[in-house]
Amino acid sequence: MEKKDVIIIGAGVTGCAIARELAAWKLDVLVLEKEEDVCSGTSKANSAIVHAGFDAKTGSLKARFNIEGSRRMEVLAGELDFAYRKNGAFVLCFSEEERGQVQELYDRGIKNGLTAGDLEILSGDEARALEPALSDEVVCALYAKSSAIVCPFELTCALAENAVKNGTEFRFLSEVTAITREGADGFVVELAGKERVAARFVVNAAGVFADKIHNLVSGKKLSIQPRKGDYLLMDKEVGGTVDRTIFQLPGKLGKGVLVTPTVHGNLLAGPTAEDVDDPENTATTAEALADVQARAGRSVKAMPFRQVITSFTGLRAHEAGGDFVIGPCADAPGFYDAAGIESPGLTAAPAIGLYLAGEIAKAAGAERRTDFDGTRKAIPHVALMTDEERAALIRQDADYAQIVCRCETVTEGEIRESIRRNPGARSMDGVKRRVRAGMGRCQAGFCTPRVMEILSEELGIPMEEVCKNRPGSELLCTASADEGGVS
Amino acid sequence: MTDANTIIERGRVGILVIGGGPAGLAAAVAAKRAGVDDVLIAERDRMLGGILNQCIHNGFGLHTFKEELTGPEYAARFISQAAELRIPYLLNTMVLSVDRDRNVTIMGREIGVRTITADAIVLAMGCRERSRGALSIPGYRPAGVYTAGTAQRLMNIEGFRIGKRVVILGSGDIGLIMARRMTLEGAKVLTVAELMPYSGGLKRNIVQCLNDYDIPLQLSHTVVDIRGKRRVEGVTIAEVDQARRPIPGTEVSYDCDTLLLSCGLLPENELTRMMKAGISPVTGGASVDDLLQTDIPGVFACGNVLHVHDLVDYVSEEATLAGENAAAYVSGSTGRSAADAIVEIGVDGGVRYTVPQRIDVGHMRDSVTVRFRVADVYRDRTIAVYRGEKCLSRRKTRVLAPGEMEQVKLKKEELAGLTADEGLRVVLED
Repeated sequence: MEKKDVIIIGAGVTGCAIARELAAWKLDVLVLEKEEDVCSGTSKANSAIVHAGFDAKTGSLKARFNIEGSRRMEVLAGELDFAYRKNGAFVLCFSEEERGQVQELYDRGIKNGLTAGDLEILSGDEARALEPALSDEVVCALYAKSSAIVCPFELTCALAENAVKNGTEFRFLSEVTAITREGADGFVVELAGKERVAARFVVNAAGVFADKIHNLVSGKKLSIQPRKGDYLLMDKEVGGTVDRTIFQLPGKLGKGVLVTPTVHGNLLAGPTAEDVDDPENTATTAEALADVQARAGRSVKAMPFRQVITSFTGLRAHEAGGDFVIGPCADAPGFYDAAGIESPGLTAAPAIGLYLAGEIAKAAGAERRTDFDGTRKAIPHVALMTDEERAALIRQDADYAQIVCRCETVTEGEIRESIRRNPGARSMDGVKRRVRAGMGRCQAGFCTPRVMEILSEELGIPMEEVCKNRPGSELLCTASADEGGVS
Repeated sequence: MTDANTIIERGRVGILVIGGGPAGLAAAVAAKRAGVDDVLIAERDRMLGGILNQCIHNGFGLHTFKEELTGPEYAARFISQAAELRIPYLLNTMVLSVDRDRNVTIMGREIGVRTITADAIVLAMGCRERSRGALSIPGYRPAGVYTAGTAQRLMNIEGFRIGKRVVILGSGDIGLIMARRMTLEGAKVLTVAELMPYSGGLKRNIVQCLNDYDIPLQLSHTVVDIRGKRRVEGVTIAEVDQARRPIPGTEVSYDCDTLLLSCGLLPENELTRMMKAGISPVTGGASVDDLLQTDIPGVFACGNVLHVHDLVDYVSEEATLAGENAAAYVSGSTGRSAADAIVEIGVDGGVRYTVPQRIDVGHMRDSVTVRFRVADVYRDRTIAVYRGEKCLSRRKTRVLAPGEMEQVKLKKEELAGLTADEGLRVVLED
């Protein structure tokens, strides 16, 4: 049987961050992902915020990894060349009665490890002077200067690519169905296809499925509650409506509805919070989308909802205990959890990765690799280049002169490179997340046929096998209606 | 005669036509025939002809050529004219930016990234379709949701089958055409749902594409849910009230693998906005005068980038005018009055907009065609043109619908001495 030192289950941002940090050690690491690509669950549909760290309960794992992750994210953005912008955030207060809660957030931020320079309480007018679109009802606001925005897709891909560069293996469409103990020192992980792989250490980074994975080995059960949140994404034309991330005072189910620019210049509003039974329920509802509009409209005057280009739903993996579950599993030595990773999970991922990699390396008695290369270069982003940079790139490869996605100015060269990377795009969604083809205002109306062709060419598969994401999501069909059983 | 590469090397061109679809082709042909030797077409796709190449159905050209052609045939007529006139063009080439002085950055496989300055520009970039995202249709986001035009391209250009059981939302012309097309290719089109109480398409397409194939059209209906985590498994359609809100209890579920959207076309005016040219909030296209000139001198617009047309014949006619006027502009023969002598055309009684939006009475041609659309379905109305309180023309109509473009002609002799204070209006009357 194939044997690895470490198996990581889940190639979301947490799994990929753990993989990237483990790659710094002399360990043989395999990442198993049930979808066709990295960043296919919770990591792909969230607010894309690097939270400052004032919100989580002092002393919680959320607070600790938030503060550490926020600092580490900035460093990583340099090492791994992904889109990141420290734009700052406001938490708005709409009534005199709630003023105390703003002070509480400030105090908690300081206790959590932020400095007085990171936080400031502004009057309503001071807040509006910085963000003129804010509602007239704002009486005061907490200003968190270290809050940032990031591209969650590029972050996850960058972590994964960097792990692969340093010897990590990723296997996709590989759903874990069973984990059994193998002697005193290790596990056997069984996949849906009955394939089995042994490993000394198993890391559970399975997002909304982390309870199922954990409960395969542990008697101390976890319970993950998928919590659905709907978002509205608006055109880049109105991306400048606000410059900072605009929160409202947090409620029982989370941080509430925010309004934020994205790192690519769109405007994002959401999420709602609704507990659902199905961990794959990513359906938006009219009620939730209306709720986003109503709530966002409280923060920002004249929200440009006529400029919505798409809506989506993300699922947070809420653990019953309310905190992250990170570290060794008490009754299954060698099994490590990174579970209950809901907000501020994206922020925390780099710190969780570093921490768990260190713990596992210590337990394994592994040495540091001397040849670890912690850098990665982004796929060229023609839209953001100067004409001189574009010309230089085109001289090397004329595919970078051929625009395929006109809304986002994405070239054929970028799309081909996104597929050639390792791990590379295997689907339309994979291309979209890596290079933004189809992310723009026409929502892939024009570029779909061409991106399909390029995927077909690069992957050596017929057009009929090109998928939106995992198998079953083919864009074309092969049989006619008479063959298909029309009722 | 100069070839495209020479023009690019030189960094200067007389008239740059942005877009090589029906509008761009007609404009370029007209400009060249009007005596400007130096015309260049920049086309982002891999062939000239634009959207017509995928419109393989007939019904084109009845006005222009007095015969019924398919889309590709209609395009081929103009492509041949452009070839005979040896008009240079660049394919796979996209204009990235343009400023008010008509400095244009252009990128393509053959030329790399270049900057050229144009003496005049004709904007002919066409339009795009309203997407599922822009419509905020709730539900899952699986494969199998296409705009009608994307589906049309995949079927008619690329030669693929996209689905077996189809629901269509929106009764725009492409959606209607695709209902028939998919039926002919063996798919079952279950229904066409239209949010509005009337169709957005041409009457003839309702008859020929739906009625002839027994495909039900449900007016005042919309899609309220999309099912299927990977590929579409079904959609739910509900009736809507007068405020276009779904009526609870009217939901009907359809098992299907494909949802096509034909819910409106949006002029692609990114470059126009980049130049900060005035845009009409109603048409989504540039606001133009009777020369089809935007508020930036030397920049003209025509076709679906200016306003969405119903028939390509009108696109050709409009674009011919834009090309001729661009030619006149570069040869210095365009007279224009001071801005305050140019009269805005007012609208009333259900006329949504006019193109052109304003007219230079002092320098207009003997006759200027003004095109417009109406806001609702109207029966037995009169289209009237008023100069101040004086009626210049009236025409009785039996049915007016938002899906069909209307026109009136303004005659120079009737407008002599007209001032902005006096006013000019196109109105619908009982």
